[in-house]
Amino acid sequence: MIARSGTDIPFRREGTVQLLPWLIVPMIYLAALALAGMLALHGVLQGWDRGLAGTLTVELPPAKDANDAAMTKALAVLRATRGVTSAAAIDRAAESKLLEPFLGSAVPPEELQLPRLIDLRIASGVRLDLEGLRARLSAAVPEAILDDHQLWLNRLYGLALSVEATGLAIVIMVGLACVLTVIFTTRAGLAVHHDVIELLHLMGARDLYIARQFEREAMRLGLSGGVGGVALAALTLWGLSYAATATAVLGEEAKLLPDLGLVLWQWAALGLLPVAAGLAAMLTARLTVMRALARMP
Amino acid sequence: MVRFENVGMRYGTGPEVLRDVSLDLPAGSFHFLTGPSGAGKTTLLRLMYLADRPTRGLISLFGEDISRLKRKSLADLRRKIGVVFQDFRLLNHLSAFDNVALPLRVAGITETRVKKNVTELLEWVGLADKLHARPVTLSGGQQQRVAIARAVIARPQLLLADEPTGNVDDTMALRLLRLFEELNRFGTTLIFATHNESLATQRRYRRLHLVDGELSAEPARLVERPT
Repeated sequence: MIARSGTDIPFRREGTVQLLPWLIVPMIYLAALALAGMLALHGVLQGWDRGLAGTLTVELPPAKDANDAAMTKALAVLRATRGVTSAAAIDRAAESKLLEPFLGSAVPPEELQLPRLIDLRIASGVRLDLEGLRARLSAAVPEAILDDHQLWLNRLYGLALSVEATGLAIVIMVGLACVLTVIFTTRAGLAVHHDVIELLHLMGARDLYIARQFEREAMRLGLSGGVGGVALAALTLWGLSYAATATAVLGEEAKLLPDLGLVLWQWAALGLLPVAAGLAAMLTARLTVMRALARMP
Repeated sequence: MVRFENVGMRYGTGPEVLRDVSLDLPAGSFHFLTGPSGAGKTTLLRLMYLADRPTRGLISLFGEDISRLKRKSLADLRRKIGVVFQDFRLLNHLSAFDNVALPLRVAGITETRVKKNVTELLEWVGLADKLHARPVTLSGGQQQRVAIARAVIARPQLLLADEPTGNVDDTMALRLLRLFEELNRFGTTLIFATHNESLATQRRYRRLHLVDGELSAEPARLVERPT
């Protein structure tokens, strides 16, 4: 059996083209990390959004005496509001536990002048009249503050959008760098293999026949570089995820790093990066070769 | 088939290597192209196989003025031409089989036919045991036979051979010449460049004799086909 031995153009004997995967590995590594960061951040934001949906917090000034009349009035207003499923005062012990990761357990909670908090739960699907509630609450307890978390969330969203935009910019820049790298290596390949290309032309090869050889090689190299880059990125992400878990020594509720683990579809999106790199390399090589050959006699 | 009118050729700003070459080669003819080294034989062949364009004059191949041809049409024209290069131009990373198969694959011939035709031809030129050999492992004569097999595998209408018997012994030279004659008998127009006067005088084909880039006025002799 006589099997066809490789391509007509001896790509594997030429160093410049064979460098391509080594150039693509770090680029795809960066792109994969940027993409993973964007996806993880998106997941974290959604988690926060879900966690805060249907909850409000009412903040009252620190109690001056044991008889907390303000708390009683506020709770009465809140519980009388339509759509509120529960309104419960957060006791001292729970407040102290929330602060413990930041202040430690050395400070006795009773020595702190802590505002008193009411955790408010709203029935799902109910759009509460926040302004009306705020007015009624102020009438009953003038110092009460109704916090719907929007300010905090808006700032976080702003930050997250900036980070996501930066990630997207990195992915785009890396993509452009990949394309330019393929263009330069393809041009180098065209120059190095000029004699073979001329020979193929003299035998009646059309430009497309030659371009296909370049595009297949570019696809192979782009794909292998992409796989290497994504594999390294997966290792890094696993390390970061492990680090995030390690910070949970303070308790699951008080990790210093958000959970950076990706879900299946996000891993699948990362897995598409090598394919994208291969296809981009293939298309770029084809266009570069076709344009260059069109200028040949 | 091949028509030159006052063709001149120079490389860059150098001197003219071909001057006022005019010829008209009918389809099915066999011509020896002779002349001393540096006379312009290879340049003349390069113009014929469309590797270069003339700096002046008109060239017409298969009835088409090549100066009017669009680039896209060149591939079809080139598939009608087979070339045996003086330096063989074999691809060293490919086996003898793959080198000979190139023109067929370029033309999109199926692998079944490629295998059959290439194997038969390599057997015919005495290289049946060298199908998988890389050119660098072959002798000069064997490489030349691979180059000839590659040039004729697609049964070209015009075959241009630049010193095709330069590296083989006299017996093989005659055998290869008979292969060319066989192709010619089936209608292939042949131009056989050689500086081997004895080979050229063994057969009474027309001769194109180049001296200093000009065709000499050697009288044409009648073709006598060997039997």
